[in-house]
Amino acid sequence: MSEGKHTGDDVLVSIENLNFNFNIQRGIVKAVRDLSVTIKKGETLTLVGESGCGKSVTAHAINQLNPMPPGVVESGKIYFRDKDLLTLPKSQIEALRGTQISMIFQEPMTALNPVFTIGSQIADVYRTHQRISKKEALAKAVELLDLVKIPSPDERIHNYPHQLSGGMRQRAMIAMALASPEPGLMIADEPTTALDVTIQAQILDLLNDLKKTVGMSILLITHDMGVVSEMADRVVVMYAGRKVEEADVFSLFEEPKHPYTLGLLNSLPSNPKYRGAKRLEAIDGTVPDLLTIGEGCPFANRCGFVKDKCLKEFPEETKISDDHFVWCHHLQQQEGRV
Amino acid sequence: MEQELLEIKEPTPLQETWYNLKKNKGAMTGLVIIVLFVLMAIFAPLLAPHDPVEQVIELRKTPPFTGGYILGTDDLGRDMLSRLIYGARISMSIGVVSVGISLVLGLIIGVVSAYFGGILDKIIMRIIDIMLAFPYILLTIVIVAILGPSLVNAMVAIGISQVPRYARLVRASVLAEKENDYVLAERALGAGNMELMFKTILPNCLSATIVQSTLGVGEAILSSAGLSFLGLGAQPPTPEWGLMIASSKEFITNAWWIVTLPGIAILLAVLGFNLLGDGLRDILDPKMRS
Repeated sequence: MSEGKHTGDDVLVSIENLNFNFNIQRGIVKAVRDLSVTIKKGETLTLVGESGCGKSVTAHAINQLNPMPPGVVESGKIYFRDKDLLTLPKSQIEALRGTQISMIFQEPMTALNPVFTIGSQIADVYRTHQRISKKEALAKAVELLDLVKIPSPDERIHNYPHQLSGGMRQRAMIAMALASPEPGLMIADEPTTALDVTIQAQILDLLNDLKKTVGMSILLITHDMGVVSEMADRVVVMYAGRKVEEADVFSLFEEPKHPYTLGLLNSLPSNPKYRGAKRLEAIDGTVPDLLTIGEGCPFANRCGFVKDKCLKEFPEETKISDDHFVWCHHLQQQEGRV
Repeated sequence: MEQELLEIKEPTPLQETWYNLKKNKGAMTGLVIIVLFVLMAIFAPLLAPHDPVEQVIELRKTPPFTGGYILGTDDLGRDMLSRLIYGARISMSIGVVSVGISLVLGLIIGVVSAYFGGILDKIIMRIIDIMLAFPYILLTIVIVAILGPSLVNAMVAIGISQVPRYARLVRASVLAEKENDYVLAERALGAGNMELMFKTILPNCLSATIVQSTLGVGEAILSSAGLSFLGLGAQPPTPEWGLMIASSKEFITNAWWIVTLPGIAILLAVLGFNLLGDGLRDILDPKMRS
């Protein structure tokens, strides 16, 4: 990835060579290593990977919600609308949150304040950023609840979170995130993980609709390949803090290149090869400890194609096509042979 | 075809608390006692048959139910009933003001300490530890001694010496509450520190504080009576219950009512607040609900 890419017209967010560590008592946890990601305007980018691979840390690095300390940005830059977020003063970051960068969370059960009605919570977000009366803000809250398809919104604004179902709460959560004057980026941290499948589909549809009507970009974090196929324009596969593959959604599902991506897709129950099968295939082994991880490819200990080189150094980028990149020694050797 | 839907009116948290309170006999008894005392305090000039400080020397130590004095007179011929009614004014305001002082200071200290944590939290909590190391009544006496004995200073002293309790209590609940997702969610939507501390987190920590401050009012009334008894609170001729006991203790053998009645008044007022406080604790703590 070349320098200065953040200046492009259609780029909203550009993360360049981000290294994010947590300095804890036992040592340094390298949560995100050398990560470069760009999010274009109006695009849905998904970050995929298993728990603890650095997805959420990456997302929280954008709106700076990682606890600092122990979190430290070792190096790298994050541009949002051509502003270098990591050098902005705290007050400006706070002003961006909820106005241009908003966020929805995984657990709709706990992500709403239990002692306030959802109407007053949405109104509060408005009133944090704009000088409007409580009445106007409530009227806008009704409009938003209508936008996220909550039935009879003028009554629902008087409900407390515990009076709503999980799906409704997630809609209310999305409404809160939309209460921004100029939505730019919506970070959705596993927005459907806590919901059952039918509600999941509804929420994903809703997000897709909103993306078009409001014209925002979505950074979607998930470990669910089904959600990826439903939502993504582009996919970044992360493993143990590293980006291992990046592709548009079709290339990724059609011809996954990295052994880890292959393993992920192979272990999906919906994979046609499992028709009538008794057991699913899993990726052997476990994720390496980020405290003790070395410079080699982090997937080396679980990879079927592992070579000496894999243990020593992290591979260079291999370009498969214009929007498909992979970081793997095994593939470089294959490419070399061709 | 549109199906007709049932209208369900969900109770607000306040309505729910009231509903549970009505079922709790002890709490209701306490509430009735408190309401009676509060009414007595508010309407004292209308209820009192005599001026509480007017002395009728000829009618000193009149026993109850004689000569138009329902509860008799004290050693200076002042009407006991009127003095007790006006005493309710003083005791209620002591309770409210001193708990108000400790509540405001305790909430701010507790929230700030827990929210920011780190070195600030450590310093604040060690100061609180030092305050807690003094016996409560001794600390109060020391503060009054510094400020000078008067009713207002007694309120301030009681208020300040109770601060550590509230600060500890609030800090503990804020520590538990601040890790919740909704705090992160509101931060992600642009809420600043002040808003997060006092608008987002604090309302979630209030139930324990409500219980503690209800019990605290009773305790403050008792402490102020104690301070007045020691001559460090209200000064004569204020009709303060503790002071009334102190100035009449030598008559306990020949005019029992002068010393006993203020004692009963203190007992009832404190009992009322304790009963309500205990009831509220049962109601507001879901684990205690049966």
